[in-house]
Amino acid sequence: MPKQTALYATHVAEGAKLVDFAGWEMPIHYGSQLEEHHVVRRAAGMFDVSHMCVVDLHGIRSRDMLRFMMANDVAKLDGQPGKALYSCMLNERGGVIDDLIIYYMDTSWYRLVVNAGTRNKDLAWLAKHAGSFDVEVIERDDLAMIAVQGPGARDKVHAVLGDGAAKLRGLVRFSAAELGELFVARTGYTGEDGYEIVVPAEQVEDLWHKLREAGVAPCGLGARDTLRLEAGMNLYGQDMTEDTSPLISGLAWTVALQPEGRKFIGREVLEAEREQGVSQKLVALVLEDKGVLRAHQKVIIEGIGEGETTSGSFSPTLGKSIALARVPVGDAEQCHVEIRNRQLAAKIVKAPFVKNGEALY
Amino acid sequence: MSNLPQELKYSKSHEWVREEADGTVTIGITDHAQGLLGDMVFVELPELDRELGVEEECAVVESVKAASDVYSPVAGSVAEVNSAVEDSPELVNQDPYGDGWLFKLKDVSGMEDLLDADAYAATVEE
Repeated sequence: MPKQTALYATHVAEGAKLVDFAGWEMPIHYGSQLEEHHVVRRAAGMFDVSHMCVVDLHGIRSRDMLRFMMANDVAKLDGQPGKALYSCMLNERGGVIDDLIIYYMDTSWYRLVVNAGTRNKDLAWLAKHAGSFDVEVIERDDLAMIAVQGPGARDKVHAVLGDGAAKLRGLVRFSAAELGELFVARTGYTGEDGYEIVVPAEQVEDLWHKLREAGVAPCGLGARDTLRLEAGMNLYGQDMTEDTSPLISGLAWTVALQPEGRKFIGREVLEAEREQGVSQKLVALVLEDKGVLRAHQKVIIEGIGEGETTSGSFSPTLGKSIALARVPVGDAEQCHVEIRNRQLAAKIVKAPFVKNGEALY
Repeated sequence: MSNLPQELKYSKSHEWVREEADGTVTIGITDHAQGLLGDMVFVELPELDRELGVEEECAVVESVKAASDVYSPVAGSVAEVNSAVEDSPELVNQDPYGDGWLFKLKDVSGMEDLLDADAYAATVEE
């Protein structure tokens, strides 16, 4: 039996088409994935992301534990309550167990938000190391989460929250504030401004309906995927996995090799990889011929070699097909992608494909 | 139940077939199929004069979500393709039995093996 979020009945009442996503019965769309995509680029849309897992770490050595377990360095958050850090959690081979966001709450409390599909292995991996740091790992099943995204998203959330919104108006990007029982982060997975709101599960329906009344459109995970791809954001399990290092996944910027003295899981492998020079990289593609790029299509770069698309879709904002692809290193501006035994021309570009709602290609 | 015109014939793989007065047949995908696939963004049609066998892969419809092969529900030779859907794939969503048709065949055989609307409806009921 797939699991259901606290908003399940609401989705059914909204006429959502539900699909199994990482063991959860989630809305893929509420009628039109394209319209939902556009509403987020142009106004405001909301996503039920309660399938993602909030994990709280408690204990005075939480910081030490995270500095050992994460490729990015949580020391960057010191003294800044609510500040967020994006990081990969690596295995000993330097492969990515998950990508996650870490919030610094106070000196003995960090909050993590991890992917739905990796929830169990993440919790097991955290638990495995927590003992030696005397840290308590708490899976917050009692919480739900709504992402409200789009150029109009913040104003709508402020209107719904009334007086509480004062604290949010000055909130800088990639940080969060506690508002009573709500935890509101200025983060997202669409390339647009907005919030991800963590709320007690029993209050989430009420919040959803208030946002709906304020004019925020319900959007499914289908649009969330095309939005994140246009924004050039990786999807765990596709663009990086346990068998790929962050250095070949466009995530070198999230690996903190300074200070040199910080030991973290996977560090030696990444240092060796960097020393030797990486052989592959993640690039962005825009299809020039007609067709649709999908994951796992062969990419051919003349004179350089072959690679593979890791994510691909039709881009509603560009009106063209786009992809991320892992290819051999080298300078090239053109490639071919093999689709149904035909080689279609594609341009190699720099992600993102869309910025501030505008198509860059 | 989605829209199923009684005068059309259907295949289990969700194509519909309409017999025209000039002896050709027009083929498209059903309302049920377009609904499952969602917003269409790309359509690839067969070449003119190509000879198709029954259940031969001959076209592709792609939505934002997924690519889906279209199989020829009958045998015949491609007489005409609907280039309007190549430029505006959303026609398949908006009018699957009308402006969203895909291609026409001539010298057709195999019509007798198709399903009528009720039989097709029975195959898609869960």
